Amino acid sequence: MSLQATTWQTVGPYFRIGLEYLDTFDLAPAGTAGERIAVEGSVLDGEGNPVPDAVIEIWQANSNGEYACAAGAAVDAPSAAFTGFGRIPTDNEGKFRFTTIRPGQVPGPGGVMQAPHLAVRVMMRGLLKSLVTRMYFPTEAAASDPILQLVPEQRRGTLIATVDASRESTLLWNIELQGANETVFFDC
Amino acid sequence: MGSGSTDVNDNLLKHEEATTQPRHALDGKSLPESVVGYRRPSPGTQPDYLHSPYVSSITRSPRLPLIKLPHTLTEVTGPSFSANLVGSATADLTTQHSGQAIGERIIVSGRVLDENGKPQRNTLVEVWQANACGRYLHKRDQHDAPLDPNFSGEGRVMTDEDGRYQFMTIKPGAYPWRNHHNAWRPAHIHFSLFGPAFVTRLVTQMYFPGEPLLPSDPIFNCTADENARNRLISQFDWDMVQPEFALAFKFDLILRGRDETPFEA
Repeated sequence: MSLQATTWQTVGPYFRIGLEYLDTFDLAPAGTAGERIAVEGSVLDGEGNPVPDAVIEIWQANSNGEYACAAGAAVDAPSAAFTGFGRIPTDNEGKFRFTTIRPGQVPGPGGVMQAPHLAVRVMMRGLLKSLVTRMYFPTEAAASDPILQLVPEQRRGTLIATVDASRESTLLWNIELQGANETVFFDC
Repeated sequence: MGSGSTDVNDNLLKHEEATTQPRHALDGKSLPESVVGYRRPSPGTQPDYLHSPYVSSITRSPRLPLIKLPHTLTEVTGPSFSANLVGSATADLTTQHSGQAIGERIIVSGRVLDENGKPQRNTLVEVWQANACGRYLHKRDQHDAPLDPNFSGEGRVMTDEDGRYQFMTIKPGAYPWRNHHNAWRPAHIHFSLFGPAFVTRLVTQMYFPGEPLLPSDPIFNCTADENARNRLISQFDWDMVQPEFALAFKFDLILRGRDETPFEA
């Protein structure tokens, strides 16, 4: 016998009242080891319109491929140490931007190492439960990542960020809810 | 404390404490090749993304099939939160300003358990809500109802050692929205929880018993399973009512539980 998980409901349009206090535009406070990067993108709805009332949450490993919170670091406001957690709302133009460090590789199914990635949760009015996706870094390791292998080849590109040609430490990655470039979302 | 209907949970809890392994190894590199994942939801107990009576789901829900993701270290780990994030001011939404919030004072409390009945200790619970008139302190809320200068509608607490949480707040009002003709949202409080893993995250809404707007609310009705839906309705809680001061409602929350298969040796 077991209990059943409580059903999800949408965050609605007014989540900032309760969630904004923990907005995290920089996941890597000064002194965090690793290569600093910025991630920028837009959240786009089925009509291609930007979504100005979305919030994404990030979960990532440190530069050694370890999950810092699992080792005792706790999220604080403002966080003094890298925890791997971030919460970033979209702005009035539906854009998000945050800085962090490139994570290391973490173990995956069958002992195969996963390519560097961010776990990304997307919430907004109109989403009755959150969407889960991943942002991968444009590295050679992505080609053999065990999770990307589960994704039809023609859709894998939606999960891999691109380097901004004019700013080499900036990665560009959009979240598209529908359309020709609909982002791959995971049932997890 | 109000615990009248938690006997089943308490029994499960005793069983659980006796038999489960430590939550998970802390050093990812020392984990065996496979990790124990979390249980998938029973059919109908979670909403689909597209629920066309909720109009904004039409352009904001994915159209292509989701890819089933095996749980890896990424999914079975998750953030933990500092106790610094909460305090008495964040647990009492009625006294965050110079004057008392207007409205019917209520205590909202309950337990956070996982599907195995295990209390979720020291886990963050975030809440937000409209004021007693049905107005949110938010620039996008244009409902013609007064704001209360003494009520922000924002709270958060950590669960205790038994997984219990408790807020003092005021009962939120219903409010109109533009989903369909004469659409009104039933009074509700938004809840956000994390639990121990990325996949135990839960954001939901708590409703009130006897609410006449529930049958016509497309958000409440988005979940097919009637029992799952009705578990979003809090219970009036005589045990927690404070005489001469505040009524009380009980709302337990269940986070996903781990599959019981132990780690591979």
